[in-house]
Amino acid sequence: MTAPAAPIPRNDLIVCPHCDAAYTLARPGHGERAVCHRCHTVLIMPRRKAGLQIIALSVAIVILITAAAIFPFLSIAVAGAHNSVSILDAALAFSDGPLVVLSLATAALIIFVPLARVLLSLYVLVPIVMDRPPAPQAAQAFRLAEALRPWSMAEIFAIGCAVALVKISDLADVSFGPAFWMFAILVVLVVVQDNFLCRWSVWNALSKPAKS
Amino acid sequence: MERAEQTREVINARDLGVVACTRCLQVWPQGVQTCARCGRKLVQRDLKSLQRVWALWIIGFMCYIPANLYPMLRTRTLFYVQEDTIVGGAIELMHHGSIGVAAIILIASVVIPLAKFMAIAFLAISVTRPSTVSQSQRQLLYEVVEYIGRWSMIDIFVVAILSSLVQLKVLVAINPGLASLFFALSVIFTMLSAQAFDSRMIWDAQQQGKGQKQE
Repeated sequence: MTAPAAPIPRNDLIVCPHCDAAYTLARPGHGERAVCHRCHTVLIMPRRKAGLQIIALSVAIVILITAAAIFPFLSIAVAGAHNSVSILDAALAFSDGPLVVLSLATAALIIFVPLARVLLSLYVLVPIVMDRPPAPQAAQAFRLAEALRPWSMAEIFAIGCAVALVKISDLADVSFGPAFWMFAILVVLVVVQDNFLCRWSVWNALSKPAKS
Repeated sequence: MERAEQTREVINARDLGVVACTRCLQVWPQGVQTCARCGRKLVQRDLKSLQRVWALWIIGFMCYIPANLYPMLRTRTLFYVQEDTIVGGAIELMHHGSIGVAAIILIASVVIPLAKFMAIAFLAISVTRPSTVSQSQRQLLYEVVEYIGRWSMIDIFVVAILSSLVQLKVLVAINPGLASLFFALSVIFTMLSAQAFDSRMIWDAQQQGKGQKQE
């Protein structure tokens, strides 16, 4: 928009980002989906009241992540010896020498990236849902949230827990702490929150004030 | 949506003289440099993307080699210290009779990473020359690779959980080995490599192929 003559976007078209197929834009109704005929990528999937639901889920996720990170997660007991860990302890297990980098990366992938994504989406969505003008830098915030998407690995960590439990359950008694159950709920919420979000609708809402 | 559209030939945005932002899907006339809505650079086809794919692929593959040579887990008990590589650990488990778990480990840490390397290499080669595999199958393969890529981190998380949990002073302690670092790097670079691939190129080759056949 800083260019002398701002180019006019073609709002009558939609193009599939995966296969470059162009379609005339027909907005699907609530609960319907617009799917690319060629590669079956979902292009638009608006939901009724999706904004409010996502905000509610996001708040729940923030609370659960904070709690799940601090409370004891798993504990183990063998022949009188006992040890219990939180998720942060697990993330920071790689603590000697060059493995410190891995510790930081693991902590980021399990806790901080999911948390950052949720906070960013709250920042972007709350003004939109309340029919206010978008927050300053909302486009950048949403961009960052989308860029972080593949790196949010809470659900993978959850499956990793299951595998680790299978591996050691015959060696030792393993018991679950409160954080384990919080984390289990958290994973479901993260996946649901991610699937409710229609990217196209968010970008569309973000671009409206710029045009008028 | 409408069934009528399915029979119609799908038109590429490039042939319509428009370019779409791959991030926010906004469509612009050809020649626009950056998307005014989200700020992404607009490119009709990312021709340099193959170079990035191969560069990241090679780094990922190079990291995968030490990931298999160094020990992944170091188990210290009262009497002995044992260091297991990925494959060594799986073989050990097989000797103890848990063939199922060993198979899962072998599939998750050896078969899937290797299949991923091969799939990305195949996709990158297939867009430069005519391929017998159909476009929709290759698109599916690409989506599977992109989806599965993140799940390889599960190995790292299992090592993290085991080595933080099993710390019972003198009795038994499990510590991560150097392989975990290389394995994580390998997964990360493979993910980046898959992300660098511009899947729109899969569908271009189709049209070139058609043109050649008609001539």
